[in-house]
Amino acid sequence: MKIIYTLLFCFLFVSITNSQERFLTKNGAITFFSAAAMEDIKADNNQVLSIIDASSGKMAISILMKSFMFEKALMQEHFNENYVESDKFPKATFKGDIVNFESIKDTDTKVTVKGTMTIHGISKEIIIDATMNRTDKQITAIGEFYLAVADFNIEIPAVVSDNIAKKIKVNFEFNHKPYKK
Amino acid sequence: MKKIFLTIFLIIVNLQVNAQDDLLDLLDSETPKTENIVSATFKGTRIVNGHSIENRKKKELEFIIAHRFGAINTGFEELFGLDISNIRFSFEYGLTDNLTAGLSRASVEKTYEGFLKYSLVKQKTGANSFPFAISLFGSIAAKSQKAIPGFERSFAESLFYTAQVLIAKKLNSSVSFQLTPTYIHRNLTAIDADPHDIFAIGIGTRVKLSKRVSLNAEYFPQFDKLKSIDARNSLAFGIDIETGGHVFQIILANSRRMLEKAFITETTGNFFGGDIHLGFNLSRTF
Repeated sequence: MKIIYTLLFCFLFVSITNSQERFLTKNGAITFFSAAAMEDIKADNNQVLSIIDASSGKMAISILMKSFMFEKALMQEHFNENYVESDKFPKATFKGDIVNFESIKDTDTKVTVKGTMTIHGISKEIIIDATMNRTDKQITAIGEFYLAVADFNIEIPAVVSDNIAKKIKVNFEFNHKPYKK
Repeated sequence: MKKIFLTIFLIIVNLQVNAQDDLLDLLDSETPKTENIVSATFKGTRIVNGHSIENRKKKELEFIIAHRFGAINTGFEELFGLDISNIRFSFEYGLTDNLTAGLSRASVEKTYEGFLKYSLVKQKTGANSFPFAISLFGSIAAKSQKAIPGFERSFAESLFYTAQVLIAKKLNSSVSFQLTPTYIHRNLTAIDADPHDIFAIGIGTRVKLSKRVSLNAEYFPQFDKLKSIDARNSLAFGIDIETGGHVFQIILANSRRMLEKAFITETTGNFFGGDIHLGFNLSRTF
């Protein structure tokens, strides 16, 4: 019996140590801006999931499109119904590597994240500059980048082309905490 | 023995957890199960003539200008009905996300109308899913046209009441249905044989043709009809074209009237006999 308990303990312990190398947030913040001639459009999403595997420097992000909150309900409806088609493509995801992960310290450190962004069912390789900060208790990531709407097969009809920018500015702020299963 | 099995089981679970290398899969499993409210069952607050379950959101003001022309079968002299036109203006405001108040004026009988529409239940998927949406609609319309001498009426006798339960389901991203049990009461009837109360049931649908264009249809069979006129069931088809803050609806209907009490109970046109009225609803949301 003792052997079994020991085994059990070992496996549990192993799994705990493994999971401690991962850092997760369930309320990461993403904001996007579209600055166009006719109007500025802004949307916030504070329910973004992001995870970093500290053993490999890999990072993954999952974004529910319906969680983006707009100033006007009609904009939100158009975003979900006409542009990103949230019923068909409920999530946008990112999967990639933090290139110089080992260099991150407990002060703000510039890093590059390289990976695949999938929006509206279309995947594209992108490189994002981020500022990261790592301690035993948390890994934060802050940054800003631009996405071209056309890259993700999101059509903007001619009648509203003055209302929506061709390139959308995206800001993100994640505060990952140690992940326990 | 049991403990051994338990141990083996735990080991397997453990191995699976460790084997879950893909971080995105892990995020999937960590995603909270949220309820997902089905949006845009219909594009506009009207399917064609009748109300859809859709409400304006809080502090949104919608202004609707609607026209219905004469019958197409009046021929070239009347330019296929375009010489004659009914008009209706309507201001509709979202008091809350679920409660809309409206005020409108229709040219037919110089009628004023006030209504309230309340979204009672929303269609949901995911956690707490619910298969359809229910809204309640109530309106009072007052005819202000001067009475013909000998047919004077009091203000109370100029009133009409409409109550509707709107029950809608969005089957998928392009097809929606709505059933609209309707009760209409008129305080004064034209002749004694006319019923004061009329029950009808609206059947409406929307089929999306593209992201911004949909084909709508609506039919209102009545269980009891006015006897003073050759009352028929209202039948209407519409095409919704959405352009940003506008919804433009082009309409073909056998009624020239636009208020519930009017198009549901006072329609006389025979759609398949050519009594087809072209019309449009132009909506602008502020």
